Amino acid sequence: MTVELLPDLVLCVLLLVVAWSALFASTRRDAMALFVAFGMIVALVWARLGAPDLALAEAAIGAGLTGVLLLRAARKLPVSSARRFDYRRHLGALTFIVVAVSGFAVSIILPSPADITANNFDSPVAAAMPDSGVSHPVTAVLLNFRAWDTFLELLVLLFAITGLRQLFPIEKESLEPARTWQLLVSWTRTLVPLLLLVGAYLLWRGSSGPGGAFQAGALLAAGCVMLRITGMLPPLHWSLFAVRGSVCAGTLLFLCTAVLTHSLGAGWLDYPEAHAGTLILMIETLATLSIAIILTLLVAGERKDLCS
Amino acid sequence: MSSLAANSIILYLLVAVALVMLGLYGLLVLKDPIRRLIAINIMGSGTFLTMIAFARRQDPPDPILHALVVTGLVVAISATAFALRLILAARESREAAASGSTETEDE
Repeated sequence: MTVELLPDLVLCVLLLVVAWSALFASTRRDAMALFVAFGMIVALVWARLGAPDLALAEAAIGAGLTGVLLLRAARKLPVSSARRFDYRRHLGALTFIVVAVSGFAVSIILPSPADITANNFDSPVAAAMPDSGVSHPVTAVLLNFRAWDTFLELLVLLFAITGLRQLFPIEKESLEPARTWQLLVSWTRTLVPLLLLVGAYLLWRGSSGPGGAFQAGALLAAGCVMLRITGMLPPLHWSLFAVRGSVCAGTLLFLCTAVLTHSLGAGWLDYPEAHAGTLILMIETLATLSIAIILTLLVAGERKDLCS
Repeated sequence: MSSLAANSIILYLLVAVALVMLGLYGLLVLKDPIRRLIAINIMGSGTFLTMIAFARRQDPPDPILHALVVTGLVVAISATAFALRLILAARESREAAASGSTETEDE
């Protein structure tokens, strides 16, 4: 019993310690580095909990891209001043949190503590799998059963990029080109082809195993971000049709599919069974392209990318 | 895929609650905008951990919750990117407003 719990205990203690130090590290740079480490540990936890799709996505998005995003933004912010410890403030915060969260937890757990770990569910997903066109349940849910979620999620990405474009000041652009570090350049040369290969593999693999559009898109975005940071990739000017087209491609194909399936009588995003597999692969490919370009612009986009 | 012990699931649920509390505490106490963003992200991880721990109660883990969390991760990074841009824009406009008087502290 205790031996079985050991890996979980180690992961949980690591998770909490790293989360604490990511918040309260003495310098902001340490905090950001520890947050990247936190993302990697979360990815391990997902793997332990039987969610390889999430482990892949978390390692690429949660740890990698968010880390780059924070580090790049922190470059332009002044160094934060030392914390002054104010006991009343901390006490008030602690009281509020303990009351709020424990009240919430108690109201959930107390009525039926046995339900928390009961596992007598019949899964409607398993019953519907043969009609989905793919053999991996998570992909089936993402792109068939709950395709609306994925569609709206692509819209969220579009909104984010639109919002981002509005927030650049009109007049000045002070950002000097980042110094290219020789080691980074040679690592980029080695890693980017590998990332491309693994990304394409994950996209293809998504229909039958862990992987899919999000993971592949995040990996491709990581490659693009590396190329962009080292200056090997020219700016992705927003005025280029290719950039705008690939940003919108996933959403547009989704929309066309929805309208077509509706007008052919089946219902919004209710794929015909015979073509479900092909449709899902097409949508996934374009969604990967959109996700990769949007994430690249979100993470590494500068004024000359987004406002020209 | 063998099913995880019920104790482990309870352990992960408790850790999820602890992560949400930790993130909320950081959000209330810290003043540096980047650290506050990290705190929000940690709260998000706690929420995701709750969902995935609940998904693990079935033997093949519940794919619906997994799919929701994959979606949630992408939404989280776009929100983070947008928030960072807002922080920088606020900083820039404050600098533009206080042109002349050097304002260094941001707390």
